[in-house]
Amino acid sequence: MNKGYFGQWGGAFIPEVLHQTFADLEKAYKAIREDPAFWQEYVDLMGNYSCRPTPLTFAENLSNHLGGARIYIKREDLNHTGAHKANNVMGQGLLVRRMGKKRVIAETGAGQHGVATATMAARFGFDCTIYMGEVDVARQRPNVFWMEKLGATVVPVKDGSRTLKDAINEAFRDWVTNMDNTHYVFGTACGPTPFPEMVSWFQSIVGIEANKQIQEQHGNVPDRVYACVGGGSNAMGIFKGFLEYEAVELVGVEAGGKGLETGEHAARMVGDTASPGVAQGYKTMFLQDDDGQMLETHSIAAGLDYVGVSPILADLGDKGRVRFEAATDEEVLDALTLTMRTEGIIPALESSHAFVQAIKEAPSMSRNQAIIINMSGRGDKDIFTIAHAFDDPSWKEFIIERAEEYKQKSFLT
Amino acid sequence: MNIQQDLQQRLEKKPILLMTHLVLGYPSLEVNREVIRQMAENGVDCIEIQIPFSEPMADGPVILKANQDALAAGIRVEDSFAFAKEIVEDFPQVHFFFMTYYNIVFRYGLNTFIDRAADIGMKGFIIPDLPPEEGQDYLCLAREKDMAAIMFFTPTSTDERMAEVAGQGSGFVYCVARKGVTGKQTAMDDGLSQYLLRCRRATNLPLAVGFGISSREDVALLEGKADMAVIGTATIKLVDKEGPEAVGPFIRSLIGG
Repeated sequence: MNKGYFGQWGGAFIPEVLHQTFADLEKAYKAIREDPAFWQEYVDLMGNYSCRPTPLTFAENLSNHLGGARIYIKREDLNHTGAHKANNVMGQGLLVRRMGKKRVIAETGAGQHGVATATMAARFGFDCTIYMGEVDVARQRPNVFWMEKLGATVVPVKDGSRTLKDAINEAFRDWVTNMDNTHYVFGTACGPTPFPEMVSWFQSIVGIEANKQIQEQHGNVPDRVYACVGGGSNAMGIFKGFLEYEAVELVGVEAGGKGLETGEHAARMVGDTASPGVAQGYKTMFLQDDDGQMLETHSIAAGLDYVGVSPILADLGDKGRVRFEAATDEEVLDALTLTMRTEGIIPALESSHAFVQAIKEAPSMSRNQAIIINMSGRGDKDIFTIAHAFDDPSWKEFIIERAEEYKQKSFLT
Repeated sequence: MNIQQDLQQRLEKKPILLMTHLVLGYPSLEVNREVIRQMAENGVDCIEIQIPFSEPMADGPVILKANQDALAAGIRVEDSFAFAKEIVEDFPQVHFFFMTYYNIVFRYGLNTFIDRAADIGMKGFIIPDLPPEEGQDYLCLAREKDMAAIMFFTPTSTDERMAEVAGQGSGFVYCVARKGVTGKQTAMDDGLSQYLLRCRRATNLPLAVGFGISSREDVALLEGKADMAVIGTATIKLVDKEGPEAVGPFIRSLIGG
């Protein structure tokens, strides 16, 4: 079997021009895996710079409200830049420094990974270019604002569906030209080997912490762990802390969009829309047509709006180790509202998918059972997206007034 | 006679061969047919016909857009096969190769794809995202059907890598002249000459050199250093601007005829 496979998934379907780049990356990755000082350097950096370990919050009100299992929330929202994305990015930043490269590029969908990469580049003193689909640039302007303020160049990608997958293609095009001084900071546990494994490894800091924390608070490992699945890096991160515990059920929640039956969703592992394919450098389940052309996807959460899924998760799904579910846009807003009202916690729309499934299942569990929801990111900084999703009248009024004000001023100047 | 031998025989009569490229269904199969006629009647030796894919990772903006427009116009893989069958019959003097990304082949079924291509008289495949490490089954099946599996050399390839890759391929080797995606210009400088010397030392297969060739001068510079000049993006731009009838004169100008 070739390297970089997880069951039948994964591999490295890369143009020949990147062969040496990947060989070098493999070597550098192997070196840090074998160097215990590297992981310690990483943990220290995340502790000092990024609020790690993030808390595991007992959601007592939500647990009482639902009347079933005790619900714990892993608070990746409190990680620097507001999501789990910083874990992978800071880890790759340390790797880039060891490799001696001076420039980083990244793709971004929602903008979280872009902001995290721009932050890392600022901290490490790297040049930084972020590729982002034009559609995403339009719907995630605040993140674009921050990336630019942090010193990154944001390139809107105008090809294809102008979303995440197109940003990935464009980042690869940059990389095949500039590989000598540039590292591609892949944002999720997808892509050619070693990215799926490497990104999962950096994200495993979430699961390692959560395992320790739940044992301290609950006295045992949890019965179930819930995580949303776009590319799959936050899910891999928390699952890795519990993979070896057979009694812990792992649940991945995909974007059900407007409902699986409508075709407007991003569910690869649930339902029968997806099929095996090879794109963006790896083999996994893709949302594609019979010819192998990728389909448009939809989710209320830009971070889950992606055609492929981590090859590691596809394999864990095949093996029955991870159960996959899907949450619709509508269910997501209900779960978000309930979590805000009962706990004063604002999950990102992506993370709210995990909440949907946990909220569905917790009531039928007993009080001495525990579940963990991986809250991969915070929602408050996505105020434009969430206010739009709620179709909030007073917010719209505010935006209209502010726009009028800008218009008046630009007439005057 | 296999492709390698045929190309070598053609090289006894002219200083360098020509391979052109087009994207099936862009702007339409009718225009493709006329472009191919112009190419074939003006001395092109090989044509790579690209089956469009929604994620053409190794292609630059011009070919990327051609892929998207062709798909938007509704071309299916089945249409590409039907079209290929016709042109192979109509232009026996030209060798046709399918260029596409691996997912198209994978979804069609590797066996079926290779069998059908062989049945209709295609000569081989150029699949930029299928390195030999991932393509062992493909290489095996292509060999069985006597189809050329075109491999790539790039400026980042070490001598060892070139030898390894060439040993697994057949037909000719596609030498990428520069880092980056398709369609950008490259200067013929010492670096490129040195690189082509390395390519030559690594294999007995004919060397095709692509990426950014657009004039007689470019082709002339390759004579003696490579065996086949690859013209990709330039003809797509030309057809966009001046229509398919401009292709014949352009091809003649490249070979100095």
